[in-house]
Amino acid sequence: MRFVFRRLGFFLLTLWVALTLNFALPRLMPGNPALAIIGKFRGGISPEAVKVLEAQFGLNTHQNIVVQYFHYLGNVATLKFGTSLTTQPGNSVGRIVLDAIPWTLGLVGVTTILAFILGTGIGILSAWMRGGRLDSIMPPIFVIMTVIPYFWIGLVLILIFGVKLHVLPYFFSYNYSLTPGFNAAFIGNVAEHAILPAFTLLITTIGIWILTMRNTMITTLAEDYVRMARAKGLPGHRIMLDYAARNAILPNLTGFAMSLGFVIGGAILIEEVFNYQGVGYLLLQAVNNEDYPLMQALFLLITVAVLLAILISDLATAVLDPRTRGAS
Amino acid sequence: MATLQTPPGASKTGTGPGGPAGPAAAGLPLAGGGSIAGARSLRRMARAITANRKATVGAVLLAIFIFVALFPGLIAHDNPQAEIYKRAQTPSAQHWLGTTAFGQDMFAQVIWGTRPVLLIAVGVGLLATVVAMLIGVAAAYLGGAWDGTLNVITDVLLVIPLFPLLIIIGSYLHGAGTSVMIAVIAATGWSYTARQLRAQALSLRNRDFLAAAKVRGERRLYVICVEIIPTMTSLLVAAFLTNALYAVLFSSSLQFIGLGDPNVTSWGTMLYWAENNEAFQTGLPLWIIVPGLCIVALGAAFALLNYAFDEIGNPALRPVRSMRKARVQRAR
Repeated sequence: MRFVFRRLGFFLLTLWVALTLNFALPRLMPGNPALAIIGKFRGGISPEAVKVLEAQFGLNTHQNIVVQYFHYLGNVATLKFGTSLTTQPGNSVGRIVLDAIPWTLGLVGVTTILAFILGTGIGILSAWMRGGRLDSIMPPIFVIMTVIPYFWIGLVLILIFGVKLHVLPYFFSYNYSLTPGFNAAFIGNVAEHAILPAFTLLITTIGIWILTMRNTMITTLAEDYVRMARAKGLPGHRIMLDYAARNAILPNLTGFAMSLGFVIGGAILIEEVFNYQGVGYLLLQAVNNEDYPLMQALFLLITVAVLLAILISDLATAVLDPRTRGAS
Repeated sequence: MATLQTPPGASKTGTGPGGPAGPAAAGLPLAGGGSIAGARSLRRMARAITANRKATVGAVLLAIFIFVALFPGLIAHDNPQAEIYKRAQTPSAQHWLGTTAFGQDMFAQVIWGTRPVLLIAVGVGLLATVVAMLIGVAAAYLGGAWDGTLNVITDVLLVIPLFPLLIIIGSYLHGAGTSVMIAVIAATGWSYTARQLRAQALSLRNRDFLAAAKVRGERRLYVICVEIIPTMTSLLVAAFLTNALYAVLFSSSLQFIGLGDPNVTSWGTMLYWAENNEAFQTGLPLWIIVPGLCIVALGAAFALLNYAFDEIGNPALRPVRSMRKARVQRAR
């Protein structure tokens, strides 16, 4: 129980730090960013928007910074994120963000699950057939795979399958001439548009799963209980799955729980390269348009997703592995 | 490894604030226990690089990039910024990689673009490792409330998603140059290695040579700099490599989305301009492919070195064949 409270306390503390960063960063930067936008769009943005900006960045106000800070915290607590300035002027930030979330969840979420399952499987095989050809080629290849920037792989795949071969679409999440709806044509179109970005994400993230699974599994394979299983004459696949893999999978499982938190903000550049209308693409649009209210809300969303996933994976580990409860 | 010749204490103090402790260490045979271990592990590392194939490949790649970054003028004679050639040319004898849509020589851009990337990698690698070392070791050695506070700061930074945070900071900064990039990435990226170094320092806390130092009445700063830090040489090298790798990837990504200084010639900004000018659709694929390959090669250099050090530190991970060979040799 004490462990649970500690993790909860840590969650709240980190959340507070993220909120405070959002509040403090624009105020710490040289030249108040809000001043710059108001100057740039003079007359172009509505008086209400100016007021929102002033409140958010502490301009033209006689309130002292502590009052501003609590005002800001109050706004976040009641989910008041203001209106978008430039990306979709006048629309509420909450609405815009909610529209983008399903696209990211669909694309990145499904790919993350696939990468975990495939990567863990390959890692198990790789450790089991240690010293074989598969195992000697794979680790160096995947070490290199993990250092390739996501966005660049995406660009190269666009060049090969989109520009040269013309076999797959590489722009947007569906053909905008179709009307969205639950029919075969639309769903097929969405799936077709997801292939390239999903594949990009898959090949860049799978290496980590393979490497961690392989390395933990190799340590487990040296344990006495595995030797015992061999001595008993159990069939190879049972030793591999029930004895070695089952004991080696915990780090990968906690890693998986955490990676679910990174689904929301983990594919920013892939969404950008493919113009895929998810959360990451929206964040970069907000950055390019200097749409600070939208940008702050998205950063908060991405952070909260990660923090929640970590909290959940911590609690799950405590339930699954009693040894961790005392240690922390 | 030339640094082996310098006095054991002094070779380490170059990166830390432990300057005054250095000369004292060199004179005292008793006090040098930890430092000699440090020098020995450095020598072991040098031998390991030549013995491990992954490490050799990584070291050679890195050496090539360092040479290019130091003497770009020897390799590419064109000014990388000058927009003086015919635009959007395919590769030729004059322009090995062709020219950009602005009429710049692409080969010169790739070569001159090495320097800022390597500067950021080395800068962040050093800075983040030093910060991580100071915080990790201080937390472990001082203990109590210090440990608690530093630990919480480290943990909080560890879980806040770094790349989105860097994007937010970058958007307020409007075009981060090389030094700003180093400062921002190092300031946000030290937490992971700080954690590892703290764990290592904690494991040392009850060792005899530290008790001996305490009995001799050494100052805390002296103990930290001369006794504790040298025993962590291999961890520090690993931390440097990890941080350098992330710096290459993060800075290139930030430059790619236009948050770097667009006037600096580097691989990330090349990609930014290429993407903005639809390089693929206008028949200039090399504008995107070559800088990307360079990022991959430099990243691979750091990653291979790091992976090799992992193998050296954890014998269980070494390829089976070489272990078998070693056993056979020993049997003879």
